[in-house]
Amino acid sequence: MEIKVVHQILEWNEDVSDKIKSELKVKKVCLVNIMGSPGAGKTSLITTLIKGLSDKFRIGVIEGDIQGQIDAEKMKLLGVPVVQLNTDGACHIEAMSIENILPEFELDKLDVIFVENIGNLVCPAEFNIGENMRIAILSIPEGDDKVEKYPLMFQTTDMLVLNKYDMIKYFDFDEQRVIKNAKDINPDISVFKISNKTSEGVLEFIDCLSDRITETIN
Amino acid sequence: MHELSITQSILNIALNCAKKEDAKHINSINLVIGEMTGYIPHYIQEYFDIVSKDTIAEGARLIFRKTPAAARCKECGHDTQLKDYKFICENCSSQNLTIISGKEFSVETIDIE
Repeated sequence: MEIKVVHQILEWNEDVSDKIKSELKVKKVCLVNIMGSPGAGKTSLITTLIKGLSDKFRIGVIEGDIQGQIDAEKMKLLGVPVVQLNTDGACHIEAMSIENILPEFELDKLDVIFVENIGNLVCPAEFNIGENMRIAILSIPEGDDKVEKYPLMFQTTDMLVLNKYDMIKYFDFDEQRVIKNAKDINPDISVFKISNKTSEGVLEFIDCLSDRITETIN
Repeated sequence: MHELSITQSILNIALNCAKKEDAKHINSINLVIGEMTGYIPHYIQEYFDIVSKDTIAEGARLIFRKTPAAARCKECGHDTQLKDYKFICENCSSQNLTIISGKEFSVETIDIE
């Protein structure tokens, strides 16, 4: 006997994601989901963002890692509230994990929370976590074929940061290919070329991000 | 790896529905899976075989219906099948499109006894 069901499989995640979004809207907190491969420079970028944005915004960080607290400890040294989220083997963060962790923060005292997702270009793209904005980081040494290989990540992001841009002279990295492919699948994407090491392009990126955060929380 | 958590969700949806119908066994589960989701049916079935053990869904076959990635042009109204995720209208080359198919991921029906 065949029974009609018609039930979205990701509904639970989408429901929780929407709930987080409304809660944070009331509290005027902007949630930024930062994604990229292991080693792309997510933690370093967040460190830079904290330094560059803390005169304007009150910042909190959720550090997603499969295990360990290495990144959270680094963040703590910068004096911002940070909560470690260990996924115990899972390859991505789900909305439910964010919902469970938000009570750890004093939301009335925050303007923005950066979430460092698990280092992976595949799974994190599938799960909304209540974010207002997504940033995908691709570093030059990873290669210029990543947008074609992992389209969902680059299709669903608001911003693409090409990190370690100072390394471009050492790699056969065709930036036009990356930008064209990204715009083909995501016409509204904003692309930034930065080097977190030399600070090239960092100010421009911070200015733009700052404007978007301000738009979100006002 | 991320197939595991969604497989649990598929099982829960099917079991809840089967319980309401007083079913003794779930023979198969029909799912719709959009081309633009990153899930791999083969892995879902493998995980399903593990998570469904000792439930009335043990041994159930998952049947996937794939839906193509398609978008409607906001400029000329033309529907385009998206190749390689590329957001471009095949009629007028506009990039101003809305996705109309390819993101689905749901349980449609279950076959029970």
